[in-house]
Amino acid sequence: MLVEKMNINNHLQKDNRSQKQISIFIKRKRIFLITFLIVIVLYAAASIATNYDAIKGLASIPKAIVWITKNLIPNEKSWERLPKILSKLIESSLLSVAVTVCAAACAFPFSLLGTRTVKVNLWIARIVRITAAFFRNVPSVVWAILLLFSFGQNILTGFLALFFTTFGMLTRAFIESIDEVSSNCVEALNAAGATSLQTVFHGIIPSSMPQLVSWILYMIELNIRDSTLIGLLTATGIGAMFDLYYKRMDYGSASLVVIFIVILVIGIELISNKIRKVIM
Amino acid sequence: MSIVEFRNVNKIYNKTTKALTDVSFSVEKGEFVSIIGPSGSGKSTILRCINRLVDATNGKILFNGYDVSYAGKREIRQVRKKIGMIFQHYNLVERLSVIENVLHGRLGHKSTISGMLGYYSEQEKEKAFSIIEKLGLIEQAYKRCDELSGGQKQRVSIARSIMQEPSLILCDEPIASLDPNASKIIMDQLNNINKTMNITCILNLHQVDVAMRYSQRIIGLTSGKIVYDGPPETLTKEKIYDIYQSNEGELITDVG
Amino acid sequence: MINEFAIANASISSQNCIRKTRKGKIKITSKSTKEYVIKLTILILLVLTVCAFLSFDYKNIDLAKAISETWSNVKVLLGEPKLSYSTLPNVFKALWITFSLGILSTISGAVIGILGALLCAKNIANHIIANIIKSFVAFIRAFPTILWVLIFTVAAGLGSVAAVVGLTFHSAGYLIKAYAESMEEIDGGAIEALKSSGAGFWQIAFQAVLPSSISRMVAWTFLRFEINFINALAVGAAAGAGGIGYDLWMAGNFYFDLSELGFITYITVFSVIILEIVATQVKINVR
Repeated sequence: MLVEKMNINNHLQKDNRSQKQISIFIKRKRIFLITFLIVIVLYAAASIATNYDAIKGLASIPKAIVWITKNLIPNEKSWERLPKILSKLIESSLLSVAVTVCAAACAFPFSLLGTRTVKVNLWIARIVRITAAFFRNVPSVVWAILLLFSFGQNILTGFLALFFTTFGMLTRAFIESIDEVSSNCVEALNAAGATSLQTVFHGIIPSSMPQLVSWILYMIELNIRDSTLIGLLTATGIGAMFDLYYKRMDYGSASLVVIFIVILVIGIELISNKIRKVIM
Repeated sequence: MSIVEFRNVNKIYNKTTKALTDVSFSVEKGEFVSIIGPSGSGKSTILRCINRLVDATNGKILFNGYDVSYAGKREIRQVRKKIGMIFQHYNLVERLSVIENVLHGRLGHKSTISGMLGYYSEQEKEKAFSIIEKLGLIEQAYKRCDELSGGQKQRVSIARSIMQEPSLILCDEPIASLDPNASKIIMDQLNNINKTMNITCILNLHQVDVAMRYSQRIIGLTSGKIVYDGPPETLTKEKIYDIYQSNEGELITDVG
Repeated sequence: MINEFAIANASISSQNCIRKTRKGKIKITSKSTKEYVIKLTILILLVLTVCAFLSFDYKNIDLAKAISETWSNVKVLLGEPKLSYSTLPNVFKALWITFSLGILSTISGAVIGILGALLCAKNIANHIIANIIKSFVAFIRAFPTILWVLIFTVAAGLGSVAAVVGLTFHSAGYLIKAYAESMEEIDGGAIEALKSSGAGFWQIAFQAVLPSSISRMVAWTFLRFEINFINALAVGAAAGAGGIGYDLWMAGNFYFDLSELGFITYITVFSVIILEIVATQVKINVR
């Protein structure tokens, strides 16, 4: 009798368990279905709002490829413009390096005030984080429009527009890297009686430098791409160059600009990946 | 005179979590004391209250007769430079050389500027070398710390704290991440430092057997309260079970 | 008491282990290529920065005047936000259009991204195909988004199609890379187990790879949506698709109305911050 009862109990338990497993599957399926539906509804609503036609979108790709292969080919006339294009390209890449370096130089001391590792003051840290969020989230386009008012179509307009966003992004990245990498050794230095400036120079800088340099390299890549857009708005650098040829329908020269931008971006990505591999 | 004295110390984290409740004890100069107890019983908090990495909520903590709980920034620095600290995860600046990490022990003795720029005297450098030679690390002097094994790293952090010329060394789980062989070397070194240099050592330990073999005195801590304080000889099995609040036979420990 | 560690009697028997500088001082730093490369990188960047500032054409700008003017502009912009040309419903409609452009390009990018990532994740894909796709994707990503959009405005005409397709190119390239990395991070054991039981490529993909990397992929998707929103803002105006970027441009460069620009900026910044908070929450919750 007793053995039978136990057997039945066992069976019941097994049943329960498999039911639970099934219900997990059903739950997962349901979550998947709901997400899928939400995505489709969002897609449909967004298409209506913007008058977007997915079929037209797909159809435009082969059309664009045909157009690119027909028109976006450098011709003889455009090769004559090469020196001018190259000088603008150098200007834009120097701009993005200068922006990133200056923003990093400002962001590093600023981010120290926002880290948990240095622990300056809870309120100062909070203010630093909010300031960084503000600068990061005001799109560089807005800065560009604002700066055009008083700086005009000047290279400094582009410089400052990129600077503010870069400053905000680097501050956050630096805070996170420092808190992740340096908190342990800073604790030890504090315990040995080091002052906060000493912990910065002997703990934070040596331990987090590779991460910080890696972020700087990444921001340079990003800024070279963004400087094209900002250049369009502020009529400086390589972006303006492209805009000029494009509006004149001198597609040969415009294509040359595109080709060199792509080469530059890929080149910089390769170099910074190499550096990253060595230092990390 | 006792070197460290706790008088009715309480510590409450985030206004709700009680870490220490009415803790009172004193440690005499030259003692080798181990604090044992389950994880989260407040062992680390006790150590960190002494050098003010953590601020006690109330009560008195005396170091050499000086009440550290009211110390300002400058006074804390004066206290800290006399107290060495050793951590479970070594807390070295991994990308710097061994000798640089050892010299970090001198930062507390320097002015902000000369420490910041890393001006160490030749005498200090020689002392650093002589310390790591005694700890058997002279071959590794110019290696970066991330190239060392765990036991070697912990010896570097011992060297760093000796470099401070401390009168007290706090060890927060010094052997918790080490294999038995490296653990023995570290414990022997600490014991040696305690005996030859008359430096008081207070250790947090997870290994009851290690604590019993090396210490002159054991403090048992259970959820923030001291439940045992005495020599290892009178620490019976029952008392250990009491400290860890577990039933007999459930602990993996070789009490002998 | 014998104090064998005291400074006075510091004696070192193995003197040959100590390195000295030319001046006879004891060296304390270690030689390593890593530190050398870091220092060199920083030095080069600093030199390039100096070159940049020396080579810029400043067009004789009066810096003090420009800065003080900008400062007073910022005060108006942030201090007196007011709508005079557009209306609140119109601004929200424009915001919704920008949002929609972001949604459309993120969804299309994600669909292409999953397919592409399955073909180029190192742990499941054929290596030759994977390398071809990876280099192609790196090539696509090297184009600034604005160039894709401008190219498509000629090919597909002004409008949302050019904006969405242009934005999709870059986000697909980005997501393929991000998804492939999340797939490569998963534990190899599950794939091995399925392979040994004779499962095919698609079975492995849907039974092992996607379920274990889905949370990271969701986090990446939301992050990309945030980026796409900011890009749509800039690009929507250029492609003639409208949106909040167009309103910003009109307020700033057509009406020259700082208060209007300020109002729209506030709305933009708030929506971006909300998106960032949502993205971080998703990142925390899916882990």
